[in-house]
Amino acid sequence: MITQVLLMMLVGIVAGTLGSILGIGGGMIITPFLTVGLGLDIKYAIGASIIAVIATSSGASVAYLKDDLLNLRVAMFLELATTTGAIIGAVLTGLVPSSLLSVLFGLLLVYSAYNMYRKLRNKQKNVVQNEDDKWSKKLKLNGRYYDHQSQKQISYAVKNIPGGFAMMTGAGFASGLLGIGSGAFKVIAMDTIMKMPLKPSTATSNLMMGVTAAASATVYFFNGSMRFDIAAPLALGILLGAMIGSRIMVHLKPKVIRMIFIPIILYMGIQMALKGFGVM
Amino acid sequence: MNDKQKEMQDVELLIGKILRAGVIIAAVVMAFGVLLLLLQGNSGYAGNNMPASLSEVFMGSIALKPYAIMALGILLLILTPVLRVVISIYAFFKESDYLYMWITSIVLVILIISMVVGYLGK
Repeated sequence: MITQVLLMMLVGIVAGTLGSILGIGGGMIITPFLTVGLGLDIKYAIGASIIAVIATSSGASVAYLKDDLLNLRVAMFLELATTTGAIIGAVLTGLVPSSLLSVLFGLLLVYSAYNMYRKLRNKQKNVVQNEDDKWSKKLKLNGRYYDHQSQKQISYAVKNIPGGFAMMTGAGFASGLLGIGSGAFKVIAMDTIMKMPLKPSTATSNLMMGVTAAASATVYFFNGSMRFDIAAPLALGILLGAMIGSRIMVHLKPKVIRMIFIPIILYMGIQMALKGFGVM
Repeated sequence: MNDKQKEMQDVELLIGKILRAGVIIAAVVMAFGVLLLLLQGNSGYAGNNMPASLSEVFMGSIALKPYAIMALGILLLILTPVLRVVISIYAFFKESDYLYMWITSIVLVILIISMVVGYLGK
């Protein structure tokens, strides 16, 4: 029992560090480890991983608030979409075969890994766009942050709000359905669709995951799919890892973050697709 | 930097501090539960049983049952992001940002609905 508790803490530290750097909840690392590695029932893995998502989000967002990377209005506005999506996802879990969704999301992730790789190859600079958008202005979504790398204040505008909102509903849906943080989808919505710079996108996504996961976590908490002996040491490890990750995060360049991001997204995609096909 | 931006920064810092306090309390409670489990060598429940309801979590915590205390810590962790939403409503109100006061209030209502849905789905 002691070995298992310590192992869970170690898994948590690794997943928490990775998760907060990449803006993913750590659930993607934890679920395959618990099911494939330790042979745990997927029901319990999902219950533990949604707690890991909250721990990553809450642990890291403290540091991001101090670093001024976060866009609170963007987070709150888009949480309308993610929480609504999470409820629909949680209700539909029993009705839609999750194998099909797993395959679909897996393919979508593989596609986004390819998309990010292509962006890197194009040697595209991390352009900050300042074009005014009707929705963005009305909703006061434009923001600014202090960039440690270039040591200056960067102001940015966001656009394609309806597109980002729709993607966020899907991200919340996936979160409610599979017990994941959907951080990758949230970063895609903000970074790729809404053209928000990567660092505030990642920080804002981290914070949003906690609120979205709180909704579905309550369900797992009350319906008996929560193994507290696994979730609690895992969450403790995640909190430690998140603190480590957020310290490293501010010293990285966007390109480096992307380079770490691509194989992870690809891995996640293949893993989810295989799971859906019943290979794993 | 104008007053409004300064105020917004103060508010975000306050939310960060409260969030951190919530996370630390949840972590301390969970660590205490884990420690008790390691010291006592049993969960306080027969076999693989877990505390299944809120009252069982609270009663078990008072009785110093390791699983109940771990469950309480997890419950506190789940409530931290919810608390952040509640504080944000107040923060936007104080800033006279009524648009975002309402948007954030709707987020809270959605969260409450999801909890009710979860409870009914037991």
